[in-house]
Amino acid sequence: MSSIPHDHAAGHHVDHDHAHHPSGTMRWITTTNHKDIGTLYLWFSFIMFLAGGVMALAIRAELFQPGLQLVEPEFFNQLNTVHGLVMIFGAIMPAAVGFANWQVPLMIGAPDMAFARMNNWSFWLLPFAAVLLLSSFVVPGGAASAGWTLYPPLSVQTGMGMDLTIFAVHIMGASSIMGSINIITTILNMRAPGMTMMKMPLFVWTWLITAYLLIAVMPVLAGAVTMLLTDRHFGTSFFNAAGGGDPVMFQHIFWFFGHPEVYIMILPSFGIVSTIIPAFARKPLFGYASMVYATASIAILSFLVWAHHMFTVGMPAAGQVFFMYVTMLIAVPTAVKVFNWVATMWKGSMTFETPMLFAIGFIFMFTVGGFTGLVLALVPVDIVLHDTYYVVAHFHYVLVAGSLFAFFGGIYYWLPKWCGRMYDETLGEWHFWTSFVFFNITFFPMHFLGLAGMPRRVPDYATQFTDWNEVASIGAFGFGLSQLIFLYAVLKAIRSGPPAPAKPWEGSDTLEWTLPSPAPYHTFENPPQVS
Amino acid sequence: MSDTKLDDPRQSNRTLLVKLGVVVVVMFGFGFALVPFYDQICKATGLRDIDNPDRLENSQVDRTRTVRLEFDANVHKLSWTFRPLAQVVSVHPGEMAQVVYEVENRTERPMTGQAVPSYGPQLAAEYFKKLDCFCFAKQSFGPHERRQMPVVFVIDPRLPRDVNTISLSYTFFEVEGN
Repeated sequence: MSSIPHDHAAGHHVDHDHAHHPSGTMRWITTTNHKDIGTLYLWFSFIMFLAGGVMALAIRAELFQPGLQLVEPEFFNQLNTVHGLVMIFGAIMPAAVGFANWQVPLMIGAPDMAFARMNNWSFWLLPFAAVLLLSSFVVPGGAASAGWTLYPPLSVQTGMGMDLTIFAVHIMGASSIMGSINIITTILNMRAPGMTMMKMPLFVWTWLITAYLLIAVMPVLAGAVTMLLTDRHFGTSFFNAAGGGDPVMFQHIFWFFGHPEVYIMILPSFGIVSTIIPAFARKPLFGYASMVYATASIAILSFLVWAHHMFTVGMPAAGQVFFMYVTMLIAVPTAVKVFNWVATMWKGSMTFETPMLFAIGFIFMFTVGGFTGLVLALVPVDIVLHDTYYVVAHFHYVLVAGSLFAFFGGIYYWLPKWCGRMYDETLGEWHFWTSFVFFNITFFPMHFLGLAGMPRRVPDYATQFTDWNEVASIGAFGFGLSQLIFLYAVLKAIRSGPPAPAKPWEGSDTLEWTLPSPAPYHTFENPPQVS
Repeated sequence: MSDTKLDDPRQSNRTLLVKLGVVVVVMFGFGFALVPFYDQICKATGLRDIDNPDRLENSQVDRTRTVRLEFDANVHKLSWTFRPLAQVVSVHPGEMAQVVYEVENRTERPMTGQAVPSYGPQLAAEYFKKLDCFCFAKQSFGPHERRQMPVVFVIDPRLPRDVNTISLSYTFFEVEGN
């Protein structure tokens, strides 16, 4: 039978004989199939990425010139806050779960996720949460405007947009927790015979560790925002000094979640890069065991560094020094990973198709972001750079040029398996180069702005910061437009790309490439034998 | 029990689900447990000790310098009048002094408030030793009650020499009474 082309990446390959299998809208609402659910997560995350991107462009449009031209300051703060929440909870995290859903069962030879129906619910909670979050723009008082970090006292005082945000965060947290339980159980219990833990592909390892981080810290975030809610409406004083509480305590609780959260956002991308580099260098990953241990070390250390987000709250020097040293320590296992990726390429037989371009771009620019993170780890430096644009530059380098670029690489890499068609390599390369150039135009100058003293989260700035702000805004619009190339490339591939072979990438060696392209709806119903 | 994974995969999945669910619940509790944990650490380290009198180690009066003290009073969503009787006072470091604040509850109902101090520059907090202060306890007022309340303090002589002016600002918040 022919593949029915439609807007979703999972092909309709007739290996199944469900007479009762629903089609159309009901198929997508009731599916318990990991491929369908992976597709849903990925499209959802892309839509949220575009929504968050529009907010970013509004921010950059306002910041193009000093003065207030386009938006009121209160609305600007809402844009800032919701941009952060949408990108973190609506784009990056669901995209990572989408990759996990598609790839983890395929890479371990399992027929599906351990809890297929809970998997469906994990996804469908997200559009509901997204509606809550985005609709907060139109309620009285507007959306939450205290920054994505929701610090009190401000977050305790603002209007009902904050309550909608708190509920959205609860729901998204529940979705992440359920998804993580699913992923851990699948990986621990459902590997094909012969696939020991130390034979699992590194992408599976990074998601196993990420899932443990998620179940450890998402409940803490839930507690923190619940305390905000009760302070707002039920007379508690967790963060109210007059009632015996302390706003700084929120920062401790929040960042106890928040620091592991940033590693949650990057570890799956490490796994994707660890998959792509060996495939396109035609050489096994260098130092597999050390990569596993490095990832686990990063995860464990991530629990011990939270207060490096709080160096200026009035902490005694002893505390600052402890957190500075442990933060610098995380650079060690991270460097091990970077060295191993480079060592994988050393004397490899390399080609530079789009997935490899994104993976190599990731290595360069995540390293830049990691270096600026090391700079910020130094207490005397951070006292000056805290809440400046230097921080904004740092985290956009690691999250956009890091995490997001790895996701793009992963999409180009796996799209042939998911939908059975090759993407247009020229379009992919255009997408990479325009994204790479415009990303750097946007965010590199922010280092200068931060060093020069421009604060973050401001709708207006002193005139000496104008030039670099203009450059960054132009870059931002370029970067935004570049993502339309990606959308076009993906849609074109799905609709009319040339049929892809089972193994389009010569150097890939994981289980999914033993399957036809597109992967059949049900796979590995009998587990494969792994040598 | 010798059910291997291959014999009963659904059972082992369910067992792991329960174990991981317990982790989730425990971590949620841990988040709330951080609240008393934070209080205990603050007490153990002596940080944020704002509702007890300070101890003064050095009571040598330094007559070679004077420090200008400016007093400020604010209310947060309260129909109270709150003012310092003296706006500015000059003291020598090490010299015990007293200033008085006056509060009037202008409403018809009994109310209780808590005053929270704030210092400018921020580092002055360490050197402004309060021996007695109405900010150490909640203050209850009957309807239309007016009261004067003292702050007895000493400026620690170790105050850096380049600090010549310190502002002490109180804000009264409403709290549940005793």
